[in-house]
Amino acid sequence: MAHFKLPRWFHQLGSPKWFYQFAGLLQPWLALISLVLLFWGIMWGLLYAPADYQQGNSFRIIYVHVPTAILSQSIFMMLAVAGAIGLIWKIKMAFIVARACVPIGASMTVIALLTGAIWGKPTWGTFWQWDARLTSTLVLLFLYLGILALYQAISDRQIAARATAILSLVGLVNLPVIKYSVDWWHTIHQPATFTLTQKPNMPAEMYLPLIVMVSGIYALFVLLLLLRTRNEILAQEGRSGWLTKLLQEGHA
Amino acid sequence: MLKYYLCLVWRDLLLVMRQPAAVFNPLVFFVLVVSLFPLGVTPQASQLSQLAAGVIWVAALLSTLLSLDLIFRSDYDDGSLEQLLLGSQPSWLLALAKVTAHWLVSGLPLVILAPIVSSMLFMPYHALPGMLLALLLGTPTLSLFGAVGAALMTGVKDGGILLSLLVLPWYIPVLIFGASAVQAASSGMPMNAQLALLGALLIFALMVTPAATVAALRVGQMQG
Repeated sequence: MAHFKLPRWFHQLGSPKWFYQFAGLLQPWLALISLVLLFWGIMWGLLYAPADYQQGNSFRIIYVHVPTAILSQSIFMMLAVAGAIGLIWKIKMAFIVARACVPIGASMTVIALLTGAIWGKPTWGTFWQWDARLTSTLVLLFLYLGILALYQAISDRQIAARATAILSLVGLVNLPVIKYSVDWWHTIHQPATFTLTQKPNMPAEMYLPLIVMVSGIYALFVLLLLLRTRNEILAQEGRSGWLTKLLQEGHA
Repeated sequence: MLKYYLCLVWRDLLLVMRQPAAVFNPLVFFVLVVSLFPLGVTPQASQLSQLAAGVIWVAALLSTLLSLDLIFRSDYDDGSLEQLLLGSQPSWLLALAKVTAHWLVSGLPLVILAPIVSSMLFMPYHALPGMLLALLLGTPTLSLFGAVGAALMTGVKDGGILLSLLVLPWYIPVLIFGASAVQAASSGMPMNAQLALLGALLIFALMVTPAATVAALRVGQMQG
C-alpha cells in the first residue's frame, strides 16, 4: 500500500497554537466572503427574483429558511464527527471545534423553525403542523439543547468534551432512525396533509439566489466557528507560554 | 462469560430485592400518570379507547426514565462500578447485564401491569396480545438507550432532569412504532410492520448502546 502523506500544515492544525494563528489569518477573508455572498444573495432573492405564482412574495423567506435548515443538519454531523475524531485520536482541537459548533447549530435550528413557522402561516394557514420534517427538526433542536445542557452540567472542560462527544455520536446514529420513524409515522397514520412543496422545476432566477445564500451562510458558519474556536482556545490555553507571548507582542 | 453475565444480573436483582421501594415507585408512577388522563381529558370510553395506545406508551417512557438512575448510581457511589470496569471480563457484558437487570425490574413489570391499565382506558380486548408483544419488544430498547444516558450521568450530580432531556429524544422512534402497533391492533389491522420495526430498533440498540454505555462509564470514572 502506498503511503499517503498529509501535508505538514494539516497536522499542525491539531495544535491550538497553530490553529489559533491560522484561523486568525483566515478570519478577515471569510468575513469579506460571507458579507459579499449574503448581501448579494439577499438583494437578489428579495428584490430581483420573480414572485412565486402560487405563494406570491411570501415564498422569499426560502432564502433564509432553506440555508439555515441545511446548516442545522450539517452542523450536527460536523460536531459528532469532530467529537469522534477527538475520542479516537485524542486530539484536543477536535473537541474544541465540536464545542464551538453546538451553539451555532442550535441557533440555526431555531432560525429554521421560526422562519418555517412564519412561512407556514400565509401558505398553510397555520404556524405549526405536525409534519414529518417539522417534527424531526424540532427533535434536532432537542438534541442540540441536550448537548448544551450536558456541557453546562460538567465543570471540567476535558471531561465535558468527552461526555458530549459520546452523546452527540449516539445522537447522530439515532438521527436517521428518528427521521425515518417520523416519516413513516405520518404515512402509517394518515396520508400526508402537507409537504413542503419542493418544486423540482424551480426556475433558475429563483434557485440561483438560493445557492448564493447557502454558500454565504456556510461561509458565515465557518467564520463564526473560527471565532468561537479561537475564544475557546483563549479560555483553555490562557496560561500557556505561546499565548502570553502573542499577547505581549500584541498579535492576538 | 455467560456465568459472569448471569452472576451480575443475579447480583443486581438481589440488591433490588433488598430495597423494593425503588422499583415500585416507577410502577406506581406509571399507573398514576395513566389515571391522570381520564381526569384531565375525558372519562368517556369512546375517546379514552382512542387515546389508550399513546397514553400507555408515554407513561411507559416516563416511568422508565424515572428508574434509569438506579442502573449505575449505587455502584458508582460505592466504587464497585470502578472495580467491575477494571476487571478482566469484557465491559460491554457488564453494560448488557446491568441493562438486563434493569429491564427485569422496570420493563417487565410494565408489561405485566399493562393489561390492567389498558382495560381502565377501555382499550378493546382483542388488542391486548398485540400491545403486550409491542411492549415486550419496545421496553428493552428503552432500557438500552436509557443506560447510555444513565452512564453519562454517573459523574454528574443531580442529573435527573438532564437525563430526561438527553434520553427522551432517543425514545421517539419506540414511541411512534409502539403506539402505532397498538393502534393498529385495536382497529383490527395487521401490525407486522410495526412489530418488525420495533424488533429492528431493539437489534440496533443492542449493537450500538453497549459500546457507548461503556465509553460513557469510563468518562464518568474520570470525574471521581
